[in-house]
Amino acid sequence: MTNITAITMPKFGLAMTEGKVASWAKPEGAEISVGDEIADIETTKITNAYESPVKGTLRRYVAAEQEELPVGALIAVVADPVVADSEIDAFIAAFQADFASGYSREQAEAGPEPLKTDVDGRATRYLETGREHEGRPIILIHGFGGDLNNWMFTQPGLAEKHRVIAPDLLGHGGSSKDVGAGDHAALSASVVGLLAALDIPKAHLVGHSLGGAVALRTALDKPAHVASLTLISPAGFGDELDGNFITGFIAANRRKQLEPVLEKLFKDKSLVSRDMAEDLLKYKRLDGVGAALSTIAAANFADGRQKDILRGRLAELGNIPVQVIWGAEDEIIPAHQAEGLPAGIRTHVLAGAGHMPQMEKAAEVNRLILELVAP
Amino acid sequence: MSKKSYRAAINEALRQEMRRDPTVIVMGEDVAGGTDSAGEQDAWGGVLGVTKGLFGEFGRERVLDTPLSESAYIGAAAGAAATGLRPVAELMFVDFLGVCFDQIFNQAAKFRYMFGGHARTPMVIRAMYGAGFRAASQHSQCLYPLFTHIPGLKVVLPSSAYEAKGLLIQAIRDDDPVIFLENKVQYDEEEEVPDEPYTIPFGEANLTREGEDVTIVAFGRMVGIANAAADRLEKQGISCTVVDPRTTSPLDTGTILDCVTETGRLVIVDEASPRCNMATDISALVAQEAFGALKAPIRMVCPPHVPVPFAPNLEDLYVPNADKVEAAVRAVMGYKTKETV
Repeated sequence: MTNITAITMPKFGLAMTEGKVASWAKPEGAEISVGDEIADIETTKITNAYESPVKGTLRRYVAAEQEELPVGALIAVVADPVVADSEIDAFIAAFQADFASGYSREQAEAGPEPLKTDVDGRATRYLETGREHEGRPIILIHGFGGDLNNWMFTQPGLAEKHRVIAPDLLGHGGSSKDVGAGDHAALSASVVGLLAALDIPKAHLVGHSLGGAVALRTALDKPAHVASLTLISPAGFGDELDGNFITGFIAANRRKQLEPVLEKLFKDKSLVSRDMAEDLLKYKRLDGVGAALSTIAAANFADGRQKDILRGRLAELGNIPVQVIWGAEDEIIPAHQAEGLPAGIRTHVLAGAGHMPQMEKAAEVNRLILELVAP
Repeated sequence: MSKKSYRAAINEALRQEMRRDPTVIVMGEDVAGGTDSAGEQDAWGGVLGVTKGLFGEFGRERVLDTPLSESAYIGAAAGAAATGLRPVAELMFVDFLGVCFDQIFNQAAKFRYMFGGHARTPMVIRAMYGAGFRAASQHSQCLYPLFTHIPGLKVVLPSSAYEAKGLLIQAIRDDDPVIFLENKVQYDEEEEVPDEPYTIPFGEANLTREGEDVTIVAFGRMVGIANAAADRLEKQGISCTVVDPRTTSPLDTGTILDCVTETGRLVIVDEASPRCNMATDISALVAQEAFGALKAPIRMVCPPHVPVPFAPNLEDLYVPNADKVEAAVRAVMGYKTKETV
């Protein structure tokens, strides 16, 4: 039995149905290891490095650069050098015949669908993957103006070995636009409520930006529910923040206004695509979103400063393992807020990333989360 | 978020606004169907099923089947709007507006102005327009230029299911009379439409494609046709901006002029009869305001000035399509001034 692996078009986010290989990062014939970047995959929304799920020799490119292919389509073949070319040919032919028959293609495109549940009378949308895995689930909490799709590069990797749940915070995505007071406590209560609704007594929390402060607040208020904390470019670590991002995000109702605001999120400005901006405009047009964002902004980021600083309370976390991950070139919340944290908190400042390291340095962030969750 | 048809998106907009606001009512011929007859109530739900199910949820107090008299019920809707309701009246085929010109043009459109700003007329008139449905010349016209001509009316041409839901909710919440026109060929076209209510503001054009060589302005169903042409041209090295103005009144002249200034070339795709339509209107706008930016004469892709033919082969020749748009774009790209010949 020879070992031939199909490398297929990945699915980044709920809406992705097709993508293309923007460029290959390894030549045909290269030896690759698990985690090696083999290609840049481009969708209408974003471009991301695709990492090899296997070790072996990159025997064959199947996708041409810039060729639009559906999710699940064969893009390359990895196999040992001993495998004959004729076997590779036969493998490709068999895969393509099966894929053309449509069955596997529909499966690949379908992907997991988000669910909705009621938490204290408010609808809460969440995406759950890796349900089959036992052990403590991982909860991914996005930031201000985001939604569960912010974890499009995070959730699939973590879900290979863990149950992973990414909710939409109140006021965001497909969740209720009633945010209550909209402060850390209100948002944290809704996360705790979701855990209860899903019958999860204890979970690993991963929070980004405002979601980081929400995760930290949850650990402070309900330490028994929290197995570990990964805080990515978190709010709550200092009063500095780019208030123009918050006001600009709320005010923008056209793509040309929104795009420069979104560019602040990334080191690589070219990651801001027209589809990313269009999707956010569609979200902002929903009834209640304007009021929800304004309430959250007033409760957390009034006058261009952060209001509720939790940094001084980190020592209260006791035995809960905590790590802090920051993009070195974060323009929204400066990375120097990661300095001088209590001993015992692992701090990782990632070069080449802005405020969204889970997107710009997805593989590294995934590795760090997995190391903390399952040492 | 789920895939919904253009028809389902409109139905959902009506349903959500009727739930939100008890003053929203629906009226028109057969919007329920079978009411007060021996037939099943809600048998029709409108001639093409767009209002299906509203009667069951909201009852005869709020879903009113009217007599076959457009002048009566459009006038009644204008009066209801002036006295505090938010009626959505379905005119069925826009071609039938001839019998209620006075109620729309001379009454509803004028109330705010004639009463010194003291009257509001929050009514929506929904109607189907467009050729390609094999419905002959009395059921296939695109009469939006007539409404656009009248100050006091707002005129909406949703180009897709997503656009239809957000624009209709905006129309219902607007305090002025709005003419909301649905292309009947598009009712089964599907795309992702949020489940929650949302609004798309009037007078803000949407760029469905962005390019450098040619600006294509298209209305309603023609937006999809312009996109198809732009995608084909892109593969051949010609990149197009496609502008969907969404509303002909108010018209987002700023975006149109910005795009023409950037590309220097303009093609307008308008399914309405070619004289005094949106294509001529925008041509005049650009000729006056952005003449210096033009690298080639403006091209209009419109049907010929004839009634919509009933013969299917002739009807297919009549309606603008992607081939015609592509040819027009090639023509403006190939234009040579005297100096360069």
